[in-house]
Amino acid sequence: MTASPAVSADLAVRPSWKAPIVFGLLALVAVIAFGVLGESGETSTFGISTSSDAWQIDPLALSSQPVALGLSLVCVVVAAYSAWLVRAGQAAPAWLTVLFAIAFVLAFLVWAVAGEQISFTSLMQGALALSVPLVFGALSGVLCERAGVINIAIEGQLLAGAFLSAVVATLTGSLYVGLVAAVVAGLLVAFVLAVFAIKYVVNQIIVGVVLNVLVLGVTNFLYGQLLAPEAATWNSPGTLPRVEIPLLSEIPVIGPVLFEQTIIVYAMYVTVALVHVALFRTRWGLRVRSVGEHPKAADTLGIRVNTVRFRNVLLGGAVAGFGGAFFTLGNVGAFSREMSAGQGFIALAAMIFGRWSPLGALGAALLFGFANNLQSVLGIIGTPIPSEFMLMLPYILTIFAVAGLVGRVRAPAADGEPYVKS
Amino acid sequence: MKLELRGITKRFGSLVANDSIDLVVEPGEIHCLLGENGAGKSTLMNVLYGLYQPDDGQIVVNDNKVAFSGPGDAMAAGIGMVHQHFMLVPVFTVAENVMLGQEHVGAAGLLDMDAARRDVREISDRYGFNVDPDARVEDLPVGVQQRVEIIKALVRKADVLILDEPTAVLTPQETDELIAIMRQLKADGTSIVFITHKLREVRAIADRITVIRRGAVVGEASPDASENELASMMVGRSVSLTVDKAPAEPGDVAFAIDDLSVVDDRGAAVVDHVSFDVRGGEILAVGGVQGNGQTELVEAILGVQEHVTGSIRLDGRELLGRGVDDVLDAGVGFVPEDRTVDGIVSSFSVAENLVLDLYKRAPFARGLSLRGAELAKNARQRVEEFDIRTSGIDTPAGTLSGGNQQKVVVARELSRPLKLFIAAQPTRGLDVGSIEFVHKRIVRERDNGTPVIIVSTELDEISALADRIAVMYRGRIVGIVPGDTGRDVLGLMMAGIAPDEAQAEAEANPTEVSLAADDAPAVSDPEDGQS
Repeated sequence: MTASPAVSADLAVRPSWKAPIVFGLLALVAVIAFGVLGESGETSTFGISTSSDAWQIDPLALSSQPVALGLSLVCVVVAAYSAWLVRAGQAAPAWLTVLFAIAFVLAFLVWAVAGEQISFTSLMQGALALSVPLVFGALSGVLCERAGVINIAIEGQLLAGAFLSAVVATLTGSLYVGLVAAVVAGLLVAFVLAVFAIKYVVNQIIVGVVLNVLVLGVTNFLYGQLLAPEAATWNSPGTLPRVEIPLLSEIPVIGPVLFEQTIIVYAMYVTVALVHVALFRTRWGLRVRSVGEHPKAADTLGIRVNTVRFRNVLLGGAVAGFGGAFFTLGNVGAFSREMSAGQGFIALAAMIFGRWSPLGALGAALLFGFANNLQSVLGIIGTPIPSEFMLMLPYILTIFAVAGLVGRVRAPAADGEPYVKS
Repeated sequence: MKLELRGITKRFGSLVANDSIDLVVEPGEIHCLLGENGAGKSTLMNVLYGLYQPDDGQIVVNDNKVAFSGPGDAMAAGIGMVHQHFMLVPVFTVAENVMLGQEHVGAAGLLDMDAARRDVREISDRYGFNVDPDARVEDLPVGVQQRVEIIKALVRKADVLILDEPTAVLTPQETDELIAIMRQLKADGTSIVFITHKLREVRAIADRITVIRRGAVVGEASPDASENELASMMVGRSVSLTVDKAPAEPGDVAFAIDDLSVVDDRGAAVVDHVSFDVRGGEILAVGGVQGNGQTELVEAILGVQEHVTGSIRLDGRELLGRGVDDVLDAGVGFVPEDRTVDGIVSSFSVAENLVLDLYKRAPFARGLSLRGAELAKNARQRVEEFDIRTSGIDTPAGTLSGGNQQKVVVARELSRPLKLFIAAQPTRGLDVGSIEFVHKRIVRERDNGTPVIIVSTELDEISALADRIAVMYRGRIVGIVPGDTGRDVLGLMMAGIAPDEAQAEAEANPTEVSLAADDAPAVSDPEDGQS
């Protein structure tokens, strides 16, 4: 049988003008602010190796205005090319967006650092440090939402992990027992979420929010009663040692950033890779995704939907709890009040920005961590832009992402919908 | 494999959905389970498939009693099911869907996709299904999705295949292909339980027929029985299979659509340059397979679609761009296709549901308040006039049966003078009695001189009601043909083939389903039955 032709030309799907317009406006800002209005005659200096590196590389000194202008012009070219593509009826490919973002950020950096010096390596190290809890939190979100349960309680799981790991590590004197305690803390919070959201079909978002408030209250209370007055007994775990990986840590620039880290960060690399492969290449992953997309279909094939969901929520809690330990054992060396500071919610945003994929979530979390660290670094050397505006950057990025600038974002079809057998 | 159900009883609260049902499916037979919507066919099959636990009775496979705690057990016993609403994960590929729950795992615990593709290809080639294992299910037409479901069951070595209303989503030609597949399966020794309420198909394919009414088996029938005999067994009284209507007396063109297009959120044209007009006193039926733009078309007329271009004129006045309120005020009555979502508010009473679009007008409103007495008076009249079976006018509408809910919607829409009446899927899921009633009311509205638009995916309904038929395919109108056009021609048009070509093709290759009906032409005279 022959089918009749496709839709008429005048109604055919046309690529959106959103991207070229946004690119164009931003490129214009870059050219004017970073290029034309930039301070002339200054240099921007970037240190790209630390004193302990095996191979020393001289700091990169760039003439601020011309380089910023050049990078801004790259933005203009990308904007023009994407406009040309849309006019020709094609959508701008993803790499074009990435190229634009890199050029724009570099132009901004060169402009902001004019007359100053920053260490590129420590900028990246700081960015990674700020990303770690986000990555674990976003992975937790991926594990839960791919199975169809919304985990708003990531914030609480991170905080519980941070708290319990600090306390247990102090009491036992072992940081590694503290890490196990972090997992247990995350599991406990997740267990409550799973019981109420899956077994008793209470609204998942409400349970999650309530859990966050509960964990906050409990940790604040215990902190005030025990941890603050008797810090030596309860709250002095110390930090995990940094482990240098032979050879890898000697790679210039990225070596010290990626491979002189604590065991938590190495666990993060492994977890991301493992979850990504497991989710998309194994039987377990296929079943998890089917449960998040069409639970009834999974049920008719003998897959026990709520068991799968329960397990995944627990797994997600364990991952987030472990990530919470980074606040204390991996970074500061002590617990403090409200330590997670909303990172659990940013982790959710990273998960959405990363389109519910572990690797995507990793990328988004790194981006958010970078933006966050950039603002504190620039705050120290002093920039023309108030650092509060810089703090908003990750959230603005998220809004653009959710608005569809980076392509269509599609959640698992049964995300947040409880499965009740009729 | 021989399959027996003995005394299966299933209750939901006080409702007895299955009342000690006995059924025997012999090896290699096609056994039809015939019954109206709500007769308990699907419940029975869900019990058989392990989705429901029976309150009483036994399932016997090859003379061994079995108990299924879930679908997994049923599959292990060799029972496969193709659900009415496909159980496929839309974002998965065909191979992923087929392997789900019974995955091939290769080295390092990774999925062995090649083995899954091989499974799909093997069965697809054996039965000529022509299914690509790497296609995403959401991109496939429903007919192909159904084959994926069949492959799923066969990969699991099903000896008994349950097909739950498999033809509801198919064109007559696709139905014919399905029948050929069923014959092939039967030849290979697979037994088939074919659940349906469509009489022609039963007669074309069945080896044996079991008729179910109100949860109980009312008897067996031979495939040689006439459609009228089967229908009266199914319904419990003799019924009219056609609608009594006088020839239309069309007046002037009252409603005209010109070059109407609707673009959806993703930018795809779902209604594509559609033009037609409807005269007063005429029924125009819009046919087509579900999802070819019919829903968007009527929603555009009502004013609830965005991104609409073109023109919609009622008695010369442009409706496009007006709010829903204005459109209703202009005299448009609208029966939506999904009554439980768009037609009624289930927690509201029958009386309130009967004035959902009238509550602002006299006599129901005075200032800011509603006049309860007027509401009650109106409700009592409508309940009487439309024979709505309810325990009272204050009963929540959601507790009524589907047929009575639909009567509430139809009663509300017909309770004011109309300039245009639109009904989308007016009898979907209704029992035969309610179908007859709704059809009569639609014809009466036409005879009052109102232009009427019916949207239906059921060819029987279209043929019964239409004075003219417009067939939609992929957002376009393939052609507008007279109301007495044959089923085969309409079926081909539903697949996008132009009317002339379809006419030639249908004459050359008549389908079995239409041939099966040809030997029972005298089905149109039921009124002398004692209904």
